[in-house]
Amino acid sequence: MAKPKPARAPKPDPAEGQKRSPMRRGMDTLIFRTMAPYLTALMVLFSVFVLLRGHNQPGGGFIGGLIAASAFAILGIAQGVSAVRRALWFDPTAIAAAGLTVSTLAGLMSLAADVPFMTALWVFPNIFGTEVALSTPMLFDIGVYLVVTGAITTVALALEEREDD
Amino acid sequence: MEGFMSVIVGIFFAVAIYLMLSQYIIRILLGVAILGNAVNLLLFVAGRVTREVPPIIGKGADALPASAANPLPQALILTAIVISFSFFAFLLVLAYRAYQTLKTDDTHQMRLAEPEDAAEPPLGY
Amino acid sequence: MAANSIPLEALEKSMVLAPVPAAHWLVIAPPVWCLLLGAILIMVRKRPGLQAWLAIPALAALVLIDAALLFAVTREGPVTMVMGRWLPPFGIAFTVDLTGALFNLTGGIAALAGGIAALGDIDRTKRAYGFYPFLLLMVGGVSGAFLTGDIFNLYVWFEVLLISSFGLIILGSERAQLDGATKYAILNLIGTTLFLIAVGILYAVFGTLNMADIAAKAPKLGEIPPLMTLGLIFIAAFSMKAAAFPVNFWLPASYHTPRIVVAGLFAGLLTKVGVYALLRVMVMIFPQEGNAYSLLIGVVAILTMLTGALGALAQSDLRRMLGYIVITGIGIILSGVALGGQTAIAGALFYAMHSMIVMLALYLMAGVAGRMGGSFSLHDLSGLYARSPLLAAITLALFFSVSGLPPFSGFWPKAMLVKATFDFGAWWQGGVILVSGLLTTIAVMRAFALGWWRMPVSGTVEPARIEASEAVPLVGLTLLSLGIGLYPEPLLALAQTAAAGLLEPTAYLHSVFPGLSPLGGPLP
Repeated sequence: MAKPKPARAPKPDPAEGQKRSPMRRGMDTLIFRTMAPYLTALMVLFSVFVLLRGHNQPGGGFIGGLIAASAFAILGIAQGVSAVRRALWFDPTAIAAAGLTVSTLAGLMSLAADVPFMTALWVFPNIFGTEVALSTPMLFDIGVYLVVTGAITTVALALEEREDD
Repeated sequence: MEGFMSVIVGIFFAVAIYLMLSQYIIRILLGVAILGNAVNLLLFVAGRVTREVPPIIGKGADALPASAANPLPQALILTAIVISFSFFAFLLVLAYRAYQTLKTDDTHQMRLAEPEDAAEPPLGY
Repeated sequence: MAANSIPLEALEKSMVLAPVPAAHWLVIAPPVWCLLLGAILIMVRKRPGLQAWLAIPALAALVLIDAALLFAVTREGPVTMVMGRWLPPFGIAFTVDLTGALFNLTGGIAALAGGIAALGDIDRTKRAYGFYPFLLLMVGGVSGAFLTGDIFNLYVWFEVLLISSFGLIILGSERAQLDGATKYAILNLIGTTLFLIAVGILYAVFGTLNMADIAAKAPKLGEIPPLMTLGLIFIAAFSMKAAAFPVNFWLPASYHTPRIVVAGLFAGLLTKVGVYALLRVMVMIFPQEGNAYSLLIGVVAILTMLTGALGALAQSDLRRMLGYIVITGIGIILSGVALGGQTAIAGALFYAMHSMIVMLALYLMAGVAGRMGGSFSLHDLSGLYARSPLLAAITLALFFSVSGLPPFSGFWPKAMLVKATFDFGAWWQGGVILVSGLLTTIAVMRAFALGWWRMPVSGTVEPARIEASEAVPLVGLTLLSLGIGLYPEPLLALAQTAAAGLLEPTAYLHSVFPGLSPLGGPLP
């Protein structure tokens, strides 16, 4: 894992927007800049909901990851790329790599159970009186979610990056 | 239905190839994007078009109803969409960087790697 | 869960119920190992030193896994593992036969050599951008392509190796690199899209994507129109990947732009994946269509050989000359595919192995020569023999090998192919192989005369040292080529068996469908 930066900057300075190049003024309204963090938080939460819903219903890791990536893209448009990098803590490519690791390990778990690669394994632990169905496909899907989030965020940030960021 | 869809696929291919024959990278990229969609549609038609029964096994049943749509092309298309989407995203970044660095998106002027005035090999010592 | 109410007999028809022997895990081990290590290396990419320490042992372990897989396949015949215990044709199957295992091992050796060479060639900042992670992901894609038994899965592995190769080709982001990378990326993407089109039509015709299932069903259909079209699209798509004649322009436009190790790995691995796919699809799955198109493939092969050889003669840049020599090699392999007999296919397989090793070594050699001589241009390169006799010896050996002269590895497959063409009566094809060999010899020997024998154009000659990270892979690959040339019997026998397995895939089919009773027809 990439090491977190020593000093995690607090909320980005709203005055930062004043120094921006004219190229991005179009999206740089006060309303958008104020709303963007809340919108991002909401979208990330929704993306997790879509991810977990995906096992039996429409949804899943890929579409959830896309929603999360677009959330970070919105934050990037509103507050600049460096704000997103600070907020993400980990580098987006490292997130994608972690997702790939999780997915591969989810497939390899079937090695222990003497069944072919990627066979679904289920456990039903009882947490707070509710039976929760946990499975390797879910773990795989979480990996996909992380890969998509990381990879698409990397691309989106690369496209949003300007010389002055 | 398949016949009609095939015509649509053909139109998509025609548009994609027309755009890819352009000398400007951005049009080529648009052509590549449309080509990806044309192929997705082709995969979809390849699995035969059926109406209105999603391929989901209902409660209490063990198998799909006989009239259900074919789920495999849908899985193939999903994979193909993911791949073509990520490639398109990468190509956009690459083309943008190339445009920033080379100051052109005209393939006729992108001759850095293959200079037109490259010297011929020496004929002797 | 849902299986409770389904009778056991029905379950047995669709799922693997017996425990899987641990040895079968070897089938999926190479790609999974590479992807896992690649992911871990991305996460430690801020520490380049650690990366190399992780990557090179990982690649060495990969070579061992590949060797174990080859050993298992030579002993037991083709091995199959299905994903998620769903039996083929429902589940995705990984099936490895001798052809796949041979390509896989050679690719692993090339990757290890490239990884060691990168210690010196890729400096620390550029390695930090991710040479080793992308290398491992690309090798994962390459070995996945060699081992999979499902045609859509083959497409997915093509894309995995392609996107990792994009990452590799732009390492450093120099101006010429962006130019070359743009052309490489767009043309290769179009090539794989062609492949996907073919897969779509294939699915429409057969209703299955499992290679063994298709191979069993194709002969029953005969030479019907959709299959002939399909064959043509497959040939076009794989020719584009392999850089065969009419669609080869992306290769000389881009292969000289990236770092030299990257160029060598591309030349060794990527075009051979196209060749492998062509062998698998046109020889094993659609033998009738392959035969019907043999004249077309033969003409393409001849034009590819001539383009490569003449292009190599016309280049003054050492790296671009090598790019054209890669194309000549592809033409030689294709001529074996076109003939289609056991000797010819074995020759093509053997030549592909030889080419993977020697092309990588040639690029690495060019990298050292360029560093010592300060240029890649034949106008400026001179006096290298005086600078380093060791490099000159290696260069001469590699030039002999790539021209197909004994006692190096290029000689035997070429001799097999020429003999096969004359036995078959296609003397014109054998003649072109010989002529292209002559032209290649002229091109490389001129490079040797100018770059190594010529007295220095300017300045004095000081002896230059080859660094260990350069010498180890170079000497190793050259010795491998010499060893194969002096003692070709084991590889020759393996190639013959592999070719027989491609032409008569009963063992392959039996490995996927143990009862040899392919389940049902198309899916509902």
